[in-house]
Amino acid sequence: MPSRTESIVWGVVFVVLMAFAVPWFLWGSSNVVAGLPVWLWWHIGWMVVASLAFAVFARRGWGVWMGGWSA
Amino acid sequence: MTLSGFGGSGAGVFTPAPLQTATDVPLQMGIIVVYLLIALAVGVVAYRLTDRTAEDYYLASRTLGTVVLLFTTFATLLSAFTFFAGPNIAYANGPEWILVMGLMDGVIFGVLWYVIGYKQWLVGKAHGYVTLGEMLGDRFGSPALRGTVALVSLFWLFPYVMLQQVGAGGALEALTNGAVPYWAGASLITVFMIVYVVLSGMRGVAWTDTIQGLFMLTMVWAATLWVLSQVGGIGAATDALAASNPEFLSLGGGVYSVPWMLSQAIGIAFGVAMFPQVNQRFFVAGSEKVLKRTLALWPVVVLLLFVPAFMLGAWAAGLGVPMPESGNILPGVLVEYTPTWFAALVIAGAMAAMMSSSDSMLLSGSSYFTRDLYRPYLNAAASERREDLIARAGVAVFATLSLVASLFNPPSLFTIGDTAFGGFAQLALPVIVALYWPRTTRRGMFAGVLGSQLFYMVTTLTPAAGSSTTLGPLVIPGVPETFAGWSSSVVGMLVGLLLTVGVSLLTAQATAERPALLSGPSEADD
Repeated sequence: MPSRTESIVWGVVFVVLMAFAVPWFLWGSSNVVAGLPVWLWWHIGWMVVASLAFAVFARRGWGVWMGGWSA
Repeated sequence: MTLSGFGGSGAGVFTPAPLQTATDVPLQMGIIVVYLLIALAVGVVAYRLTDRTAEDYYLASRTLGTVVLLFTTFATLLSAFTFFAGPNIAYANGPEWILVMGLMDGVIFGVLWYVIGYKQWLVGKAHGYVTLGEMLGDRFGSPALRGTVALVSLFWLFPYVMLQQVGAGGALEALTNGAVPYWAGASLITVFMIVYVVLSGMRGVAWTDTIQGLFMLTMVWAATLWVLSQVGGIGAATDALAASNPEFLSLGGGVYSVPWMLSQAIGIAFGVAMFPQVNQRFFVAGSEKVLKRTLALWPVVVLLLFVPAFMLGAWAAGLGVPMPESGNILPGVLVEYTPTWFAALVIAGAMAAMMSSSDSMLLSGSSYFTRDLYRPYLNAAASERREDLIARAGVAVFATLSLVASLFNPPSLFTIGDTAFGGFAQLALPVIVALYWPRTTRRGMFAGVLGSQLFYMVTTLTPAAGSSTTLGPLVIPGVPETFAGWSSSVVGMLVGLLLTVGVSLLTAQATAERPALLSGPSEADD
């Protein structure tokens, strides 16, 4: 059964993934690099990071929060 | 700006422009007929592989693999919307919609995929559940709750299916310059869907969705690369946009406020997870491995589809492509920069995409009706074989009724269909509370489900604040639809959460309730 620490760590990871999918800190920025706005590049990179994070979660964290199901 | 203006993923009434001369009509009809025949052929093959039981019909006996599960969920969710409404929003307001959809479908839905989906998969596999209502009804020892969840879902689903048929009829009419009238187009598509959904069930639907999803992805990239090569590359396209609409390249502004973006992303993501055809897919994975792989692929697939599709819409604004009469920018761009046959192929793909959403909705709508209403209330002793027959008949009845509705297309049903995502989103938090908190009580569930529905319906389906409408002798006053910028969908979710938790704390569990069903075998006390 996953530990309490794991449950908390993965909860934080998910919240961070959701919080920065939109680069709020670039609000109002209109810089363009290589044909696309910088904020869109951030989003593209972030989605790749999210995919990797989900892949790691599937390997290492799968089963957290499932209570009696994750024997 | 209201939520209803943008519907949600898969939303959609669209009418492609009459973008070509009569000589192209045979080609376009040819493409559509070929697609219909492929779908039918897949249906026949799937039918031959099918056991004659309801579980196999609805869930392909819980055996779907990664690619099929990924694409069937994907094609179901994101079809007609990606093709039309998304680029339209980017054309009118700027490409920030990519961020909203990425957050919504790539990340939040990914997390819900685990939080709701995996848990439902575990429970469903252990106890043989086919629908959400069935699972909740069992846990709370309440057939009434089961029926309520099914009724609420069907209330929002039916007009939404109707919208797809309205769209299909309109699309065929525009595509053929009126040679195929609206009623004939809607009927043709409906009959084909009935035949292959009735025959093949989940397996056939999932396979056609997979073909569909791959086709969609290929066409979007081909279209983007084609247009960019015509206008001198990505740099030139974005420079044109910077010159004509500099505010589009700046993050935020216009409709894009923080509460609006978050309301859209949160409201639609949670709504998607409760849409019957998506929620039911949580029960169909063949193994844990399939769920895991799908989760990891999700954000990347979302990215691959949305960035090119929505940027095309934004670039079109910079390139000065006028909005066609049909009100959809994508056909406008394609006509301007690509040969007619290619534009036709993309439009036909969109038609087919709409069908791949509708077929899944028919199948799950029918299952909600047979499992949660027919069996518990009308014929509890139905055999497996009989239930399977009823399920197939249910698809035909559901599709026929919504076709009849689409021929009249009453404005009230139109509004309900257009706000369906928010309606489904109201179910999400009571369900999550039930899945994770053993103290949840039956009364808490009823309060959360019915209270949030009431709140959402009152705020959404009544006139806007400040105006009023009369219904016979009644004067219905306007009610606000947003609260400090937040949509009534998100505020309603909060209402549902508070009601579920609050009433559960104040009430005791009924003796028929079985919290151990959801909390898992190693914490089971019975």
